Amino acid sequence: MSDAPILIERPADGVALVRLNRPKVFNALSNALIAELAAAIEGFDTDGATRAVVLTGDERAFAAGADIGEFASTGPRLDEWDRIWNAGVPLIAAVRGLALGGGLELAMSCDLLVVAEDARLGQPEINLGVMPGAGGTQRLTRAVGKTIATEMVLLGRELSGREAEAHGLANRCVPAERVLPVALQLAKSLARQAPHAVRVAKRTIAKAFEQSLHASLLDERRAFMTLLTTEDAREGVRAFLDKRKPAWQGR
Amino acid sequence: MTTTPIDHRVEIAEAVATITLARPQAYNALTADLLDSLLATFRALERDAAVRAIVLTGEGKGFCAGQALDDARTIPPDRAPDLGTTLERRYGPLVEKILTIEKPVIAAVNGVAAGAGMGLACACDFRIVAETASFTTAFVKIGLVPDSGLSFTLPRLVGYGKALELCMLSEKIDAVRANALGLCTKLVAADRCLVEARALASALARGPQSLGLVKRELVRNGIGDVRAALAYEKELQSVAGDTPDFLEGLDAFRAKRAPDFRGA
Repeated sequence: MSDAPILIERPADGVALVRLNRPKVFNALSNALIAELAAAIEGFDTDGATRAVVLTGDERAFAAGADIGEFASTGPRLDEWDRIWNAGVPLIAAVRGLALGGGLELAMSCDLLVVAEDARLGQPEINLGVMPGAGGTQRLTRAVGKTIATEMVLLGRELSGREAEAHGLANRCVPAERVLPVALQLAKSLARQAPHAVRVAKRTIAKAFEQSLHASLLDERRAFMTLLTTEDAREGVRAFLDKRKPAWQGR
Repeated sequence: MTTTPIDHRVEIAEAVATITLARPQAYNALTADLLDSLLATFRALERDAAVRAIVLTGEGKGFCAGQALDDARTIPPDRAPDLGTTLERRYGPLVEKILTIEKPVIAAVNGVAAGAGMGLACACDFRIVAETASFTTAFVKIGLVPDSGLSFTLPRLVGYGKALELCMLSEKIDAVRANALGLCTKLVAADRCLVEARALASALARGPQSLGLVKRELVRNGIGDVRAALAYEKELQSVAGDTPDFLEGLDAFRAKRAPDFRGA
């Protein structure tokens, strides 16, 4: 087994699979791991070939949070997270076992979440006398609403995979053995969509939470009108009328 | 009917449609072709306002032996089968259609109903069962889990404890025991099975419009989320279908020997 903090596979055309690889510490997110992950995602984002990235851990943990030892000595370097959040390529989290603290924040940094029924998702920072620092108060609240987010962040309540799906935090809750296969299926489906449209749509969805409805609707209209002029849009309409599958060029 | 049914017949008389599975040499085991065509038949019967009740039966000695394990479209001889896709595309939509079509569906269980064949029988609203018929869940015999809705319908028909027993032990349940368990609407002499099923269908076909609504009501209030149950069966069957035990079960079945399961 490699000692690298992340392992990269290419399970299908256009799909990258990143495995967090610190199994002895439940994939605790060391600064080195986050930096490597951010660099890898930036690479996928710009290689012109990767259409979807699946991020996963192992059977016991997606990631159990920050590396607490490092946290106590050097402190976390949160600026690396921006590089992950800036990615235009869609990210899918495949969560088995623990997704706690920074682990849940990393999962929520993805566009789609597939979770195991018995996964444990939570923001337990409060139990250490601190609070989430990489999106936990914001992305969680937007996903599950203030009511549940408050319980999770202030009381350390964990959600099971089933609860996460019910509260809108996860897209799919499946038996643990099916988490990675289902995430890869979603990735393959994303890889078949028009690449440019997927990226623009991902960015435009993000705006729903970043500015007023009015401003976001204007941005959406602008993005839509721009996409209409692409070769892929013309191809998509033609293919629909011809009752065939479109062949995307990414232009 | 717009297309010719494959490996089954459809006869419509006096508001009752009778569907007869017609692969008698294989105890009416289900191939992908048959399943696709059977779903098309149910969809057509759903749209046909002249049809007010449906009877499902099998030709020959069997009602339905379940999935045909020699069907190359479902279980290719040279690679691992994709059971999840089979359930998603065929068994799931078919069972959901039988459970939600707003016309009574009566199974005339003329012989053995095994595996998905038992699933189809249990998805029907009524079961008229021949004294010579029998049921067996069968799935664990080849290392799989119950599908075709059986994990959903069976506990509701016989209770959780008995359902678990039937699914884990996969014993052959003769008609008398099936009747005692509550699986049968009525137990009848073998030569009366189809006649009695059609008589019940005729009586129901003369019933009010509300019978369809009763079915919708009981599905919604009495039995729960059919679609979620079928999706869950699909996920777990995908897990089971990926195990060495399933490949061993399949191999043993083909070689007509006892399987040597390793628990893996």
